Amino acid sequence: MSEPETATEAKEIAAEARDRVRFEEEALALADQVYRVARRLVGSREEAEDLVQETYARAFRSWRSYTPGTNLRAWLLRILTNLNIDRGRRVQRSPDMQPLEEGDYYLANKVAEAQGEQALEEERSVERLSQDSIVSALSELPHDFRDVVVLVDIGEFSYADAAQILDVPIGTVMSRLHRGRRRLKTALAEGAAA
Amino acid sequence: MTGHDDCEKCEELLQGFLDRELTETEVALAESHLDGCSYCRRRYRFEESLRRYVKLSAIERMPPGLMERLAELRGLEA
Repeated sequence: MSEPETATEAKEIAAEARDRVRFEEEALALADQVYRVARRLVGSREEAEDLVQETYARAFRSWRSYTPGTNLRAWLLRILTNLNIDRGRRVQRSPDMQPLEEGDYYLANKVAEAQGEQALEEERSVERLSQDSIVSALSELPHDFRDVVVLVDIGEFSYADAAQILDVPIGTVMSRLHRGRRRLKTALAEGAAA
Repeated sequence: MTGHDDCEKCEELLQGFLDRELTETEVALAESHLDGCSYCRRRYRFEESLRRYVKLSAIERMPPGLMERLAELRGLEA
């Protein structure tokens, strides 16, 4: 190989190494946010740790497929949700898969009736709920609903990002979010009334 | 007093409003409705505090050592 070619190649290698380190640092800086979402998607802290480690292993291996300047957090969470599906973790944690229709609204309305307007009126009614009750209500949501609620409310993703991460249309994100939150409120209201 | 139809519209808009996903026109529509409808205003406050609370409650710090284990994964080859 001639001298100039070697020099060019060396420069390219150095540039790639720099890009890679930058990618890894940016990805690691998001680890707490990635963990936060993972923790609410799966049942236990151990599972969440495993899932985050698998996610970073895959991300570091395939860093070249990330387009610089795009949303890295969404890119990482997409890997994470796909791994979560692949591992079948969601299947174990789906209390029911029935679509929510009239019955759901009926129940929510019943709870609103039972609790009276008071429940809606009092902001403090929310603050009286324990942290545990929210965490367990969230974990009991059917997985399709939990995924969007966790991504939007905890991950603070836009509807468009959540749609991209979960690979579903934006309208599906919106309806699952609506139903998921409704379920969450019902569960919390039941817990509060109990 | 605001009509029933408006409240249904607001119900539809509330989610996007709270999630900051509405267009400017829709935001103006939702705001003008909220101005005149105390029922929706209460709901709005309730929903907003619920979202805030869900977020705060669900936040859990990374377990100790995880960051180090992630950092060790750097340099993995495909």
